[in-house]
Amino acid sequence: MPRNQDIKKVMVIGSGPIVIGQAAEFDYAGTQACRSLKEEGIEVVLLNSNPATIMTDKDIADEVYIEPLTVEAVEQIIEKEKPDSLLPTLGGQAGLNLAMEIAETDFLEKHGVKLIGTTSLTIKKAEDRLMFKETMEKIGEPVAASLVVNDVKTGREFADKIGYPVVLRPAYTLGGSGGGIAHNPVELEEILENGLRLSRVHEVLVERCIAGWKEIEYEVMRDSAGNCITVCNMENIDPVGVHTGDSIVVAPSQTLSDKEYQMLRTSALNIIDELGITGGCNVQYALNPDSFEYCVIEVNPRVSRSSALASKATGYPIAKVAAKIALGYTLDEIKNAITKKTYASFEPALDYCVVKIPRLPFDKFISAKRTLTTQMKATGEVMSIANNFEAALMKAIRSLEQHVDSLLSYDFTSLSDEELLEDLKVVDDRRIWKIAEGLRRKISAEKMHEITLIDRWFIDKLQIIVDMENRLKNEPLTEELLKEAKRIEFPDNVIADLTGKTEEEIFDLRNQWDIHAVFKIVDTCAAEFAAETPYYYSVFGSENEVESQNEKKKVLVLGSGPIRIGQGIEFDFCSVHCTWAFKKEGYETIIINNNPETVSTDFDIADKLYFEPLTPEDVEAVVRYEKPDGAVVQFGGQTAIKLTESLMKMGVPILGTSAKDVDAAEDRELFDAILEEHHIPRAAGGTVFTTEEALEIANKLGYPVLVRPSYVLGGQGMQIAVSDEDIVEYMGIINRYKQDHPILVDKYLMGKEIEVDAVCDGEDILIPGIMEHIERAGIHSGDSISVYPAQDLTQRIEDMIVDYTTKLAHSLHVKGMINIQFIVYEDQVYVIEVNPRSSRTVPYISKVTGIPIVPLATQVILGKKIKELGYTPGLQKKAHYFAIKMPVFSFEKIRGADTTLGPEMKSTGECLGISENFDEALYKAFEGAGIRLPKYKQIIMTIADKDKEESVDIAQRFEKLGYKIFASRGTAKVLQEHGVNAVRVNKIGQEAPTLLDLILTHQIDLVIDTPESGIEHQRDGFIIRRNAIETGVHCLTSLDTAHALISSLEHAFNNQELSIVDIAKIDRRAEQHK
Amino acid sequence: MKAFLILEDGTVFTGTSIGSTRDCISEIVFNTSMTGYLEILTDPSYAGQAVTMTYPMIGNYGICYEDMESKKAWPDGFIVRELSRMPSNFRSVDSIQNFLAKYDIPGIAGIDTRALTKILREEGTMNGMITTNENYNLDEIIPKLKAYKVTGVVDKVTCSEKEVLPGEKFRVALMDYGAKRNIARSLEKRGCEVTIYPASTTAEEVLASNPDGIMLSNGPGDPEENVEKIAEIKKMYDSNVPIFAICLGHQLMALATGAKTYKLKYGHRGANHPVKDLETGKVYISSQNHGYAVDESSLNPEVAVPAFSNVNDGTNEGLSYVGKNIYTVQFHPEACAGPQDTAYLFDKFIDMMKKEDK
Repeated sequence: MPRNQDIKKVMVIGSGPIVIGQAAEFDYAGTQACRSLKEEGIEVVLLNSNPATIMTDKDIADEVYIEPLTVEAVEQIIEKEKPDSLLPTLGGQAGLNLAMEIAETDFLEKHGVKLIGTTSLTIKKAEDRLMFKETMEKIGEPVAASLVVNDVKTGREFADKIGYPVVLRPAYTLGGSGGGIAHNPVELEEILENGLRLSRVHEVLVERCIAGWKEIEYEVMRDSAGNCITVCNMENIDPVGVHTGDSIVVAPSQTLSDKEYQMLRTSALNIIDELGITGGCNVQYALNPDSFEYCVIEVNPRVSRSSALASKATGYPIAKVAAKIALGYTLDEIKNAITKKTYASFEPALDYCVVKIPRLPFDKFISAKRTLTTQMKATGEVMSIANNFEAALMKAIRSLEQHVDSLLSYDFTSLSDEELLEDLKVVDDRRIWKIAEGLRRKISAEKMHEITLIDRWFIDKLQIIVDMENRLKNEPLTEELLKEAKRIEFPDNVIADLTGKTEEEIFDLRNQWDIHAVFKIVDTCAAEFAAETPYYYSVFGSENEVESQNEKKKVLVLGSGPIRIGQGIEFDFCSVHCTWAFKKEGYETIIINNNPETVSTDFDIADKLYFEPLTPEDVEAVVRYEKPDGAVVQFGGQTAIKLTESLMKMGVPILGTSAKDVDAAEDRELFDAILEEHHIPRAAGGTVFTTEEALEIANKLGYPVLVRPSYVLGGQGMQIAVSDEDIVEYMGIINRYKQDHPILVDKYLMGKEIEVDAVCDGEDILIPGIMEHIERAGIHSGDSISVYPAQDLTQRIEDMIVDYTTKLAHSLHVKGMINIQFIVYEDQVYVIEVNPRSSRTVPYISKVTGIPIVPLATQVILGKKIKELGYTPGLQKKAHYFAIKMPVFSFEKIRGADTTLGPEMKSTGECLGISENFDEALYKAFEGAGIRLPKYKQIIMTIADKDKEESVDIAQRFEKLGYKIFASRGTAKVLQEHGVNAVRVNKIGQEAPTLLDLILTHQIDLVIDTPESGIEHQRDGFIIRRNAIETGVHCLTSLDTAHALISSLEHAFNNQELSIVDIAKIDRRAEQHK
Repeated sequence: MKAFLILEDGTVFTGTSIGSTRDCISEIVFNTSMTGYLEILTDPSYAGQAVTMTYPMIGNYGICYEDMESKKAWPDGFIVRELSRMPSNFRSVDSIQNFLAKYDIPGIAGIDTRALTKILREEGTMNGMITTNENYNLDEIIPKLKAYKVTGVVDKVTCSEKEVLPGEKFRVALMDYGAKRNIARSLEKRGCEVTIYPASTTAEEVLASNPDGIMLSNGPGDPEENVEKIAEIKKMYDSNVPIFAICLGHQLMALATGAKTYKLKYGHRGANHPVKDLETGKVYISSQNHGYAVDESSLNPEVAVPAFSNVNDGTNEGLSYVGKNIYTVQFHPEACAGPQDTAYLFDKFIDMMKKEDK
């Protein structure tokens, strides 16, 4: 069927801020789909509240609304833009839920908008627990015995009937939020109560526990003519019980015979057909490892994290094909973008093996439980490709950038055998390392299998890796042994450690014996057809397939690896834009990256994509073949910056700011010299390595002081210390890993934080705008609400900021991007830090100022001048609207994580509020972040002594809007003294009802809890905050945030209608020239 | 032990010997299925060929004898990247290493199977030799390889005696040109009584038993070589018995009715081939294993019209015979290994027999 010509203007809903369970994969899918729609001449209207995405670029959609994902916003956009169709399946669960909410009313019908891609009935059949179960029963597909319950009592009765353990799955939540496995009635009540609250429809599924079965997924496509194919299947190494997003996954399945493979494949096709899905769909199965018995766990009638993984694993562009199907095309009409000879109606054949490992945030949340459950906790993932499983696993491990490069990287040698076996029963992110330790101690593989239920085949693969460790340790390093070690991808440094040689010696041996990585092509068809797409992975011991051309100048763009807190999707935005800019300038572009969720690893972004770990050795292998004319490191976050030195050693010129100057910004002494020369003040401080040195400096400076490692992103390990005890603890945490660079200890100034991104061409500097943080210094810039244009700066301060920025850019010889953070304290401007690279705020500031910073910086790197490019240097004129970036957190997903904000970044994503009115912009930003008040008009305030006076104004204003205020004794007393009718509530541990009881009754909208300084995990505050988060109550820990919130609520109280802004129409260059 | 794969163009791959250590000369083909190595090893259509698996890890789930598609292993050789040292599956009773040794199949592991596949794709299917003799002499071997031709394979793989599988409903005569077990099983599952005939059985004998339908099976080799069998099939065509044919059976029926077949450059072998039902426009993913195809331009439209075509390369994948109750397909609706999407064609065959019954 050819394309439906009635479709001319399509609205696409994105997935909003990055949270755990919904990460960059939807930017990848959305971007690919939007491009696919535009290719067909369709006008695309986009809604996504996340400004860090590529899909919200004006190059990707025609009209772009970075507005909160609310029904009101969608309705307003539809009224204004009048699209004829709405495509709801690209924005993950958030986008789908929103579309469903609207489809349930008659709004779409009234406005002549059709849902395309899939019908609301299909979505209901797949998402509504009961309808899903009935549909599966109708076609004879087994599901685990289950019951949808709306109250705890029914749940208990059902669990008693089918027996414990039972799995609890709330309906319509992301990444299994609020779900879990209950082993007894006590656990059941706890999880069920919470799950019911989090479910949009107050429904939880209680089902027979099939934990321990194999977890298998199929990615399926279907078109409107009913043609069905499977793109790929995947096997989770972790059996059922761990969320697939937190599991190590291999594609294709390894331990399924053709009988099982086809049984499940046929089932998946039957399901997609019965649901009538037109587009992509993911079906998850539990397969009994001892029989052909299986259960359908879940169906996702949309693109998903798994579909992104399957696309990258096979080369089959699921989102692109899904978009074409939505327009009416059938699979046999859509060309296979890789072979360009065959069609989308075929199934990829892999001649390699893919391993995905989740990137878990336990390095950020030290207090959190590492246990993995059905509640997803990973913030991102890495993928690797090789022609054997061991190699793929080893490559994936070192792609994680978590101080791991082999199965030796976590040390469990201090555990006794009994302790180790006991520890293995706990499913956590270090399980494969524990198994390896067990195997090293000659504990049988069978025993490991019995405890973990991980298939014997995978355990044997770990055994092969452990055997290689032993051989390297005990045997002379022969050519044959080195070849074999490289075949299973032992990195040189690990071989060096095991053989007692240096890394250089290993490298020399490899040169001597000609043992080098070669590159193979991902072609969807196992070499059956010639492929045109340059998508490569490395292997050892094979023939090379890559042809290196030297017609054009070549540039290497280094990606930013897995999404983690502190280094998110923003850097993918920068890498992609940089690549496109180089392409435009006539360069051949090469990307190295290992994150399957991103746009940068789509095979048609750069001229060549190398899907590889971002370590010096892996990069060197690419450089050996490609011999690029230069590399850009300033767009790939800290991951890329860290490779600078190695690239220079390989003889690859670093384009833009030189490595020497990057160093100068990070090196305390060099940097201090620059500051001194220009009379730029910074907080007093010094550098240390040991706790003793830190204590000495801290006491000299006087508390509070800021403690942080250098060369990190997202304030990793950064803390404000108010006492010697704090110093001891924080230094201990930082020094868990050997530090190559000194630790910085600075006097902490509590002022207003200012941030600037700028482009410098060596002479002139362009500052798109100045951003101001709502929260006072001390909260990481990524966790602060950021306002553009800055509000409260005097002309004198603004001039100083511009002057300092210019001087710093010049003295660091910046060519390209620079990011500077300042503190304004007692009418003086201090520099906090300077990063001669792209920053987190670049996508946001690009979009809201209309200045394409990354392409501009790229052109500057290539020698163009700002003036030539049509811009007037200096600080650009302020916009006539406010754009507020709001951090978004995923605390509810991480049990035990402290929600208090501080200098270490904790947010996973961001959203934007944009408006000509400041308070409206704030309101939209809060809405976008999910803070939608009021519900019950009741709040709790527990305020630290130092903040009590200041909190009175906030309390008064909440009261004025009709909120009832509950407060702890001390806070209530102060509030009452100021005429606020606060209700005193007992502290935890005192007589009931206490604050905790109040939170657990779910009648509370908001908790404002400002923590006392210092270490206080055990204190009441921590318990209150955790309980608030886990019961779905918003919790603010800074009065500045609370202040902003009340202002925005006051505005919303007085103004019903919100305005919407199409940011694609912002063009500052045109404005300037008017 | 070292092993060598020598191609007739002079390319030599060095790897490790697996299975039998005897030398073998054969036609080298590749299969892109990611699962189903046992079904492939026991598919009689691979007689006269050495199979390269493009999927790099083979043997992961071991050997389960009940999954065999015939009584023994047929390929002349087996070529893989890596054999799993440990099989793991609840039904596995043996390892692939033992299986290859047991059936005396020589093979080679540890070679760059992707590089080999690319050669076969670019140069076309060619002959080769697997040997463990380190002192091989290319000047001697290459002329031998060039002269090698696969002949008489159908007679090698067919059953020696008639066999009856009991059933209640329709009586089907299955002509065994190298039939995979799942053809008979698929018919049995639908209640048919299946009589399996050796390939050399005359049409008269088959027709004399008065079957409700005739099933022509898959099989190995060049279809044109089977001159006598083709003549018998022509007689079956002339009878009014409904006929369903798969793969070689499909080609033989085409030859019997005046069409031509030709050799594909490197064939279709895998579990991911899209075929389009030309009547409904629907596309199915099919299991395939053929090196020859029916030349559509040679068809007499009054005799047979295309029923299926391959979405990838447009080659013929099935024929419907005009005015006859005869339907033939190039692909494998019996799957094993591969997708079961076209199993409905067996139902169609049952319907064809029902219609004739009335």
